[in-house]
Amino acid sequence: MKPNSHNFKLNARHALDDKQLQRALAKVPGGFVSKRADARAALPEFDALRDKARDIKNHTLEHLDLYLEEFERKVTEAGGIVHWASDAAEARAIILDICVMVDARVVTKGKSMISEEIALNDHLEAADLKVVETDLGEYIIQLRGETPSHIIAPAVHLNKDQVEEDFRRVHTNLSPDRQLQEPEQLVGEAREMLREQFIATDVGITGANFLIAETGTSVIVTNEGNGDLTQNLAKTHIVIASIEKAVPTLEDAAAILRVLARSATGQEFSTYTTFSTGPRRPGDPDGPEAYHVVLLDNGRAELLGTEFKEVLRCIRCGACMNHCPVYHSVGGHAYGWVYPGPIGSVLTPSLIGVDEAGPLPNASTFCGRCEDVCPMRIPLPKLMRRWRAREFDKGNPPAKQRFALKAWAFAARRPWLYRMGAGLAMPLMAWRGRSAGRFSSLPFVDGWTAHRDFPAPQGRTFQQKWRAEKRKRSRVSQGRGKS
Amino acid sequence: MTVRATSSSRERILGRIRSSIGVSADEADRRVRSQKRLYDHDAHIIPSRSQKSHLELVHQFEDILIGQAATVRRVSEMTDVSNVIAAYLREHNLPARLRQGLDPRLEEINWSAAPHIDRLTGPAHPDDTAGLSHAFAGVSETGTLVMVSGPANPTTLNFLPETHIVVVSQSEIVGPYEGAWTRVREVFGERTMPRTINMISGPSRTADIEQTLIMGAHGPKRLLVIINQNS
Repeated sequence: MKPNSHNFKLNARHALDDKQLQRALAKVPGGFVSKRADARAALPEFDALRDKARDIKNHTLEHLDLYLEEFERKVTEAGGIVHWASDAAEARAIILDICVMVDARVVTKGKSMISEEIALNDHLEAADLKVVETDLGEYIIQLRGETPSHIIAPAVHLNKDQVEEDFRRVHTNLSPDRQLQEPEQLVGEAREMLREQFIATDVGITGANFLIAETGTSVIVTNEGNGDLTQNLAKTHIVIASIEKAVPTLEDAAAILRVLARSATGQEFSTYTTFSTGPRRPGDPDGPEAYHVVLLDNGRAELLGTEFKEVLRCIRCGACMNHCPVYHSVGGHAYGWVYPGPIGSVLTPSLIGVDEAGPLPNASTFCGRCEDVCPMRIPLPKLMRRWRAREFDKGNPPAKQRFALKAWAFAARRPWLYRMGAGLAMPLMAWRGRSAGRFSSLPFVDGWTAHRDFPAPQGRTFQQKWRAEKRKRSRVSQGRGKS
Repeated sequence: MTVRATSSSRERILGRIRSSIGVSADEADRRVRSQKRLYDHDAHIIPSRSQKSHLELVHQFEDILIGQAATVRRVSEMTDVSNVIAAYLREHNLPARLRQGLDPRLEEINWSAAPHIDRLTGPAHPDDTAGLSHAFAGVSETGTLVMVSGPANPTTLNFLPETHIVVVSQSEIVGPYEGAWTRVREVFGERTMPRTINMISGPSRTADIEQTLIMGAHGPKRLLVIINQNS
């Protein structure tokens, strides 16, 4: 998809004004956040498992070349074919070639963010293939010509009445008088419509949550079962996965699976976790006759050698965006590319460059909740800060902002100057704001005061108060010593 | 069969990874370390909930599955399974028809007790209303069935029919996922997997519309798990 991340500020403005979107987003914090907290509380080992998950992935990344070679060897042994794609264009070409080779007309798809990253659907459709997304959320946004706004809940930005409109617009062979207000009716209708596609399909494309080197196995995790119908009813199963999905063993996959669903939806385990190894075996009555894995690099191998390599531990659970106040306010589309939320703010500049994605690492209050909940312990705020520093070094921020940051840095590195400046400014501001207790407008910070008041300081600076408190305490403890 | 010459991409990607890590292709200690990990396949942290007595594990398996909207029944003999199935189909007003694979364990069911049920064999057909499978194992930790593909239990039976009925042997209920991997290695060998392993923890569901949980998204709307205690 064509990136629109440089427009983040404008996108965010539109998102804040979009009443439908705000209505849908209001439901995000409640559901995901409390469910994850409950799941964490129900497993005493949860935080220790997060450390373990981090260690497993760090070990894997340190030996990634070797585990990918092993994975390839085991897939080949099981009768599958591994393809290596340096970039999006190569991956698209490989997949289209396979589709053409098997004379495919209909392609069904399980949910895959990599497929979004390489803009696969457009490419296949341009070659006259019928491409059908089968995850309910993905199906809905495909009908609308949209992209996912969340990595595990792609239609989280929509309300049920919008889905009803789309279904009535597209499913024209059904009775116009049918009841379609409730989610249950909408799910039932999608089930019927997609059944036909599953059965008619020639090629089934899924993503992968893990690639297991030990056995040459790809793993998908779903709740709907759409990924399984996709891969079992098609003659050809194509897995598209990025290289950092590798893990060494079944035990390593099990360890990370323990934190995946809990972090994502707050479930202890997803309804379906599926391990696929090669095509159908002799005697098998079902399953695909051919099994391909397309391994996509698209900048990741290079990223592995940078100060951003920790982002490659990500297992795409979505916890960071579920807990992000910025995501809660603007939703996923404002981020302007495939990966929204805090993970997108680090990954997008890493994959498409900071010149395009510069605003994203700045779209954070650094409240730190993303890092607190990340099952793979990715230090997202630290990595965002590094992108800010790089952006600054490239001279990308506007002159006014650069000047303000430089002035701030000058003062912050000279404690006497900082103390003097703050010591002068605070009493002055306290005096100016003494009657209202707040400012409705202030120079330089109109971006803040346009939306809310700025509280007036009390008179003394934090450092002055801190010192005074310290003196008081030492007097008290000395007094105690004497008695 | 080669779709497209991607060997150059392969070398380029592996080369880039190595240069990023700062290693060459033939460093023996890295290779030894990674091979050892693949063959040792050590378990990591096993949650305490997966390390109880077998009876407690069975109860936990049952409780969690019920919490995930599955129905659980116990039988003391394999022959009794037909009664449970007949009652379940009747309760839910479902057609007296099911499809199953060729698993010899399912042949022990005494169908003369439920002669009205039509039984078909083979992979699932789009018109099938109920599928019957035998699980490879059960994982107590999260109330998870482990299903293995093949003529004994075709994978499509797990997903196409609206009702899925699964028999699991009580003795094959293990604590953690790692217990299932041990059994997979015993049956299929080291570093070998069947075509498909499905871990199933309840009927199909979605929350993609306004985060409202709806059962039966694409897969089965109902899951009946029958624990065979005499096994």
